[in-house]
Amino acid sequence: MLNINRDVCGYCGACVAVCPEGALELIDAYLSVEGDCIGCGICARACPLGALEVVHED
Amino acid sequence: MKTNYDLLVIGGGPAGAIAAKTAAEAGLSVCLIEKRPAIGTPVRCAEGIGKDLLKEFIEPDERWISADIERAKIIAPNGTAIHLEQDQAGNEVGYILDRKVFDRELVWQAAEAGSDVAVKTRAVAPIMERGAVKGARVISCGAARNIGADAVIAADGVESKFARWAGIDTTVPLREMMSCAQYLMTDIPIDPASTDFYLGNEIAPQGYAWVFPKGERTANVGIGIPGSKNRDGGRARDYLDRFVAKAFPGGKVIECIVGGVSVCRPLSCTVADGLMVVGDAARVVDPVTGGGIYNAMFTGRLAGTVVAACVSAGDCSKDALMQYDEGWRTSHMGRLLERNYKVKEFFINLSDPQLNALAESIASIDLHEFTVMALIKELIKRNPKMLFELKGLKDSLS
Ligand SMILES: Cc1cc2nc3c(=O)[nH]c(=O)nc-3n(C[C@H](O)[C@H](O)[C@H](O)COP(=O)(O)OP(=O)(O)OC[C@H]3O[C@@H](n4cnc5c(N)ncnc54)[C@H](O)[C@@H]3O)c2cc1C
Ligand code: SF4
Ligand code: SF4
Repeated sequence: MLNINRDVCGYCGACVAVCPEGALELIDAYLSVEGDCIGCGICARACPLGALEVVHED
Repeated sequence: MKTNYDLLVIGGGPAGAIAAKTAAEAGLSVCLIEKRPAIGTPVRCAEGIGKDLLKEFIEPDERWISADIERAKIIAPNGTAIHLEQDQAGNEVGYILDRKVFDRELVWQAAEAGSDVAVKTRAVAPIMERGAVKGARVISCGAARNIGADAVIAADGVESKFARWAGIDTTVPLREMMSCAQYLMTDIPIDPASTDFYLGNEIAPQGYAWVFPKGERTANVGIGIPGSKNRDGGRARDYLDRFVAKAFPGGKVIECIVGGVSVCRPLSCTVADGLMVVGDAARVVDPVTGGGIYNAMFTGRLAGTVVAACVSAGDCSKDALMQYDEGWRTSHMGRLLERNYKVKEFFINLSDPQLNALAESIASIDLHEFTVMALIKELIKRNPKMLFELKGLKDSLS
């Protein structure tokens, strides 16, 4: 599962552009993640601020 | 907003605004939609553009020009500086814009030319008819509606999703996504007429830091590194904080900006049936400078011109729209993108000592006398230890 820390996110779209599944989207003022996320973590790497984190539930 | 137009433009940045203006001036009925509530904010840009490049599109106006730049400086890891005056630096020096005002001006001009404009209106899916894009489903201030169109221009920026929904893969490889952070700083000692670039592994691995003046003691101070270089505690923002602590300890941050800049090759095809992709969405940012404003306006205008002819002829098929794709690819801009992609691939593989050696050679050369090729040959002569790397660059460019 992908955790979005909206208090940290600066609404830039870098993560959206690198997601291979097209699972992220910038709505008009916030970032959201949809069902297609496979938890690969590429988006979290791209973020200039560290607003994203993949959490593995087991 | 009507329910049907000749052309629907998605995105109110420079690419979309110029596309809408061009098509409206050519007589099409046009609607431009922007998902944000206000055009131009938040800013995601260092705001530099070459003077001649800008003038191709719009007369400079002091309302949206923050600074007039006369020179540029590139600083190597060991502090060696390469100084470029206006005539040498070409489009690396120019104006620093105020994009909040500039982007609005462009959209205002599109509206003035006859285009409809809708803000807080987000495209959420293409309308497809027999494999062709025929408009978009949008959510406008919370209400879902359909906007039909003979053709759609996707000008939806770095976070572009529209082309992907219509079947074009726009994913940027992580190592080619520059992860950027920038502060608008004030009360700092700068040269208000110089754009400065700082290179080096400590400062910005495989990227650079920039200082773009916005006034006497005010500047955009930013940093970009490939996404693949981000680590917890060592992200773009952390590198920026370290750079600023050293370079401008007394400065005040009055705006915090983050952004992604693609430095990959452009999309392999920027058209489909009923669809054209322009600007950052088409991945046409210059891979060396990270500059994309001009390329966005250039592709926007070309797309607007081509689509106007295609709508009049009643044929917006991929074949007909291909004229746009071929047009920008074979233009000076298109060729420069390909050349600078290769130059970027060369530079990101250099170590700090190699960057220092090159900077020292270049600092002692009169750049007026050289073309790019002659400069590379001269650098080979002066840096025999880098023969292998430089020859690779020379071969890739010839
Ligand atoms: C940190 C940083 C520094 C930069 N510095 C420079 C520089 O100094 N010089 C330079 O030339 N370039 C620079 N750039 C690049 C430049 O900002 C872009 O190339 C330029 O903004 C591209 O214009 P565009 O119109 O293609 O996209 P954008 O300006 O990004 O506009 C796209 C618009 O589409 C909207 N949109 C997206 N999806 C939808 C949707 N589904 N529905 C409706 N609207 C949508 C967005 O909200 C946005 O307003 C920089 C970029 C960054 C991140
Ligand atoms: S974790 Fe992977 S699939 Fe999920 S949103 Fe991030 S990049 Fe996309
Ligand atoms: S890359 Fe980071 S700051 Fe930018 S939109 Fe994604 S989560 Fe937010």
